[in-house]
Amino acid sequence: MSVVYKKSKMLTDTPFHYCPGCTHGVAHRIVAEVLEEIGAEGNVIGIAPVGCAVFAYNYFNCDIQQVAHGRAPAAATGAKRCNPDKIVFAYQGDGDLASIGTAEIVHAAARGENITVIFINNAIYGMTGGQMAPTTLLGQKSTTSQKGRSAIVNGNPIRVSEMLAVLDGPSYIERVSLGDVAGVIKAKKAVKKAFENQKAGKGFSMVEMLSTCPTNWGMLPLDACTFVKKEMTKVFPLGVFKDI
Amino acid sequence: MRELMKGNEAIAEAAVRGGCRAFFGYPITPQNEIPEYMSWRMPEVGGCFVQAESEVSAINMVYGAAASGARVMTSSSSPGISLKQEGISYICGAELPCVIVNMVRGGPGLGGIQPAQSDYFQTVKGGGHGDYKMLVYGPATVQEAVDIMYDAFDKADKYRIPVMLLGDGMLGQIMEAVEIPKMKDSASFPKKEWATDGTGVGEKRRVINSLYIEPDVLEAINHKLFDVYSELEKHEVRFEEYLTDDAQTIIVAYGTVARIAKSAVNLLRAQGIKAGLLRPITLFPFPTLAIEKLAKKKNVKDFLATELSMGQMVEDVRLSVNGKKPVRFFGRTGGNVMLPEDIVNAVLEGK
Ligand SMILES: Cc1ncc(C[n+]2csc(CCOP(=O)(O)OP(=O)(O)O)c2C)c(N)n1
Ligand code: SF4
Repeated sequence: MSVVYKKSKMLTDTPFHYCPGCTHGVAHRIVAEVLEEIGAEGNVIGIAPVGCAVFAYNYFNCDIQQVAHGRAPAAATGAKRCNPDKIVFAYQGDGDLASIGTAEIVHAAARGENITVIFINNAIYGMTGGQMAPTTLLGQKSTTSQKGRSAIVNGNPIRVSEMLAVLDGPSYIERVSLGDVAGVIKAKKAVKKAFENQKAGKGFSMVEMLSTCPTNWGMLPLDACTFVKKEMTKVFPLGVFKDI
Repeated sequence: MRELMKGNEAIAEAAVRGGCRAFFGYPITPQNEIPEYMSWRMPEVGGCFVQAESEVSAINMVYGAAASGARVMTSSSSPGISLKQEGISYICGAELPCVIVNMVRGGPGLGGIQPAQSDYFQTVKGGGHGDYKMLVYGPATVQEAVDIMYDAFDKADKYRIPVMLLGDGMLGQIMEAVEIPKMKDSASFPKKEWATDGTGVGEKRRVINSLYIEPDVLEAINHKLFDVYSELEKHEVRFEEYLTDDAQTIIVAYGTVARIAKSAVNLLRAQGIKAGLLRPITLFPFPTLAIEKLAKKKNVKDFLATELSMGQMVEDVRLSVNGKKPVRFFGRTGGNVMLPEDIVNAVLEGK
């Protein structure tokens, strides 16, 4: 019997705690496979966020730091500046990156820090139980916007990739979707490019992944994938926003 | 060779000689000379310097650098140190070594830019959340600040804790003749097997973390941290006594205020009043036993704590004296600094 697929060696044997149908696990797998493919084993510092992915430190088979909510780009800056020959990546949710950590992500991008950021946009605060995120769609229900997000009351969703793309620092910014297989394949290509950019010393790169949270969206996993494809991409169009 | 140097610059150079190779900071008066100095000095010695977008970011850069094994520091002044409290709490939780300088200015709020000691509580009682301590020094002279800074990274590495140098605007701005020791040899620094320097994989993978979901595990971590703090209490307490042997009144003061208090002791002695000075050099661990010992002495009648605050360290003096003798307080605030005569009068008022 031939082996057609196996777990990346850049993942540990610890089983993921993510909910069924959650694409955090898919994102982890993509990052791990890319790290393996670019030969980064034994050469990586990961930064885990506060959010559902806080336990990323149990899953990636590399040295890893768990840091304060939203501060991952700052910690990654400290780690990278002191270890310029290492691959440094931060993995952040949308509450982490697009709300409490806006200053950190904007300035790490503006400085062109030679790091890679994996940005999981699931339009909700997963870990704390489904509160509104800065990326929650208008009309989308959350525990703190129970009648649906209203622009007047709650403000509008933030498009981080577009925002960061106007800066001179970033070398590469792309938004991908984890809503279907084709999207996942594209996402992997994007992540590979982001890490290769870092290896080549090109500076800041970020891949925003539209991701599911079936638990807090109150949807079945398949419906959640459909929501990503049909609804989220309307507000968060897929594509490359910066590539130099 | 002794050189005339401004406090802030001498402290920065002492950090470099003590092995500091990474600096992350944000401008604020009265400590700007430290980041300014480091901005050119770090690259010169092969280190890195980043002016962060905020103090929040700066302390988290320190976190990332310390976690990856670097000798790293930041400096700020009171409002900026308030912003660093989140990071300091995480640094303590994750047991990371680093050095932090606070050139204290008056508060609350934006306060003023003149010297103050009103961050004592924030510093020694834990300004961030959770049970933690730092090793805190309150140097009185530029030379003492230099000597403390020179060894601060060794202490931080030894105990895996942040070391804070608590100065004030005066210490930072004053120019004094100082001798800065020679560059430490980095080969003598301890190896950091725990650091996430990127080489870890499989069994050798390292995690820097302050999250412990299991209550029993977190409680064990809290005890482990406090075991370190009791080591500090055993081995790191530092203080100076001046003419305390026969003293009736003990003045307790730290930092630059202790220099003014020393002059006050001399003035009082000239009037035939037996005053003495106890000067804590470490603020945590506090010289509790030394003060308790003085409180037990027959010749000691009373204590006067004097500070540039509304009365913060005085609480630790009272805890140490533990009701054995009266403890009074005299302070100036707002950036005003007392004269030796003011302290003399405060002592005489109690007679
Ligand atoms: C300073 C601070 N504020 C709030 C929290 C509580 N908190 C934990 S996770 C989280 C939101 C995480 O949401 P997101 O970043 O979108 O990640 P997800 O869980 O959806 O993957 C919040 C607010 C915290 N840990 N620290
Ligand atoms: S709560 Fe949402 S984001 Fe978190 S693991 Fe579950 S599905 Fe994923």
